Amino acid sequence: MFLSINARLDTPHEVMSATDVRRAIVRIAHEIIERNHGVEGLAIVGLQRGGTWIAEAITKQINEIETSLTVPVGALDVSLHRDDIGLRPVSLGAITNIPFDLTGATVVLVDDVLFTGRTVRAAMEGLNNFGRPRAVQLAVLIDRGHRELPIRPDFVGKNLPTQQDDDVSATSDGVRIMPKNASGK
Amino acid sequence: MKHLRSIDELGVDGLLELLQLTDHMAEINQRPVPKVPALRGRTVASLFFEDSTRTRLSFETAAKRLSADTLTFNVSTSSVNKGESLRDTVATITDMGVDAFVVRHKSVGIPWQIAQWTKASIINAGDGAHQHPTQALVDCYTIREATHTARFDGMQITIVGDIKHSRVARSNIQAFTMLGAKVTLVAPPTLLPPDISHWPVEVNHHLDQVLPTSDVLYMLRLQSERMSQGHVPTLREYSDQYGLTQKRVAQLQDSAIVMHPGPMNRGVEMQIDPSDVKNSLIHRQVANGVSVRMAVLFNLLGSGANLGGQA
Repeated sequence: MFLSINARLDTPHEVMSATDVRRAIVRIAHEIIERNHGVEGLAIVGLQRGGTWIAEAITKQINEIETSLTVPVGALDVSLHRDDIGLRPVSLGAITNIPFDLTGATVVLVDDVLFTGRTVRAAMEGLNNFGRPRAVQLAVLIDRGHRELPIRPDFVGKNLPTQQDDDVSATSDGVRIMPKNASGK
Repeated sequence: MKHLRSIDELGVDGLLELLQLTDHMAEINQRPVPKVPALRGRTVASLFFEDSTRTRLSFETAAKRLSADTLTFNVSTSSVNKGESLRDTVATITDMGVDAFVVRHKSVGIPWQIAQWTKASIINAGDGAHQHPTQALVDCYTIREATHTARFDGMQITIVGDIKHSRVARSNIQAFTMLGAKVTLVAPPTLLPPDISHWPVEVNHHLDQVLPTSDVLYMLRLQSERMSQGHVPTLREYSDQYGLTQKRVAQLQDSAIVMHPGPMNRGVEMQIDPSDVKNSLIHRQVANGVSVRMAVLFNLLGSGANLGGQA
């Protein structure tokens, strides 16, 4: 029995379906509104590239639920703020676009997979170039653990136990985990 | 990429990639706080043996916006006046811990020579009449920004003036043609290099003939310090035949853009105030200079070649 479980975990497999991802996004949208007692002063910022589509989907949901105000959504490229610049080249074309002032806003950073926390640290530094937010919160579709910095998400789609060297990919079609030593399939 | 000394060293892929990277830098320059920590701990030395305003200042601004430290070498107050050689000067500055040299010199090939004396990256900011690659990058980026096209296929670019002494022209001819543009040079025969039969350009001696078909009109500075050598009969005659006047601007297509690398000789090649030219991009060229040079510095120093104990 254990053997069969181990065999399954050693091959690439889906951990969230497209429907699961959609439901998680809807739930996170509700949680963001609930936590902040509405949408006043709220701004959503997705991290390039993986977080931008999720940020847009969450913002679309929020604006459908709360129609009193329109919540703005932006995108932040953190590559020039990283402490490990040499390991992660700039993703050409994934450019920061925050066409609104963040001073006094409650900013929800959105990323696809939370891992070491270094991207989020860089993002918090990058945000400071656009004003001084009242508060910064963090929403992620997947929290896969292995944090190297004291960073904790406020909104999580799914907690996913992983090995350090696994790969996790998250798209609107679902979330897949690819173990480092994947046995073929 | 270790050095940026010429456009052909960069190649077409490198050129396109740097222009894309410049978009990221341009966005930083729009921020309320235009500064990122990407090159923290790196040191960039400018080594200018020839005069410069915009190239030197835009390199320094670029380095500072990326949080690099800058050293400025001022030839007129340096030990060069005591007879220190270029090689010893470079070695001395290298010993202080420099990651990149930005070099301008009146002699062709100096950036290649210096690269043999130091481990630092070399950026050519002009060597004689040979190359000025960052100016070409600035000009390509400025055209790209104005026309919203990454490649210049079919674009007709006319470069007017003192081609013979112009490193800007040489770098630009390479860059423009690499991106697919057709380049026409307009100059009196005395201001063209002796043999350009192998250059990928057309030549015309009459500015008025090419104005209606030009998409980009690129005016060069008449390097009038060389007037004594009899390259042009008189400034007046040169500016009558090759200067940009209100009448000539009227012959341009509505969409045609006008550029000049600066510094301008008002009343010689520019007989009209550039602010009176509808599609003048001269101010964009200066503004983009900072973003482009940030991209170059980041590409050379920030790509990780020297990070994490590698290499």
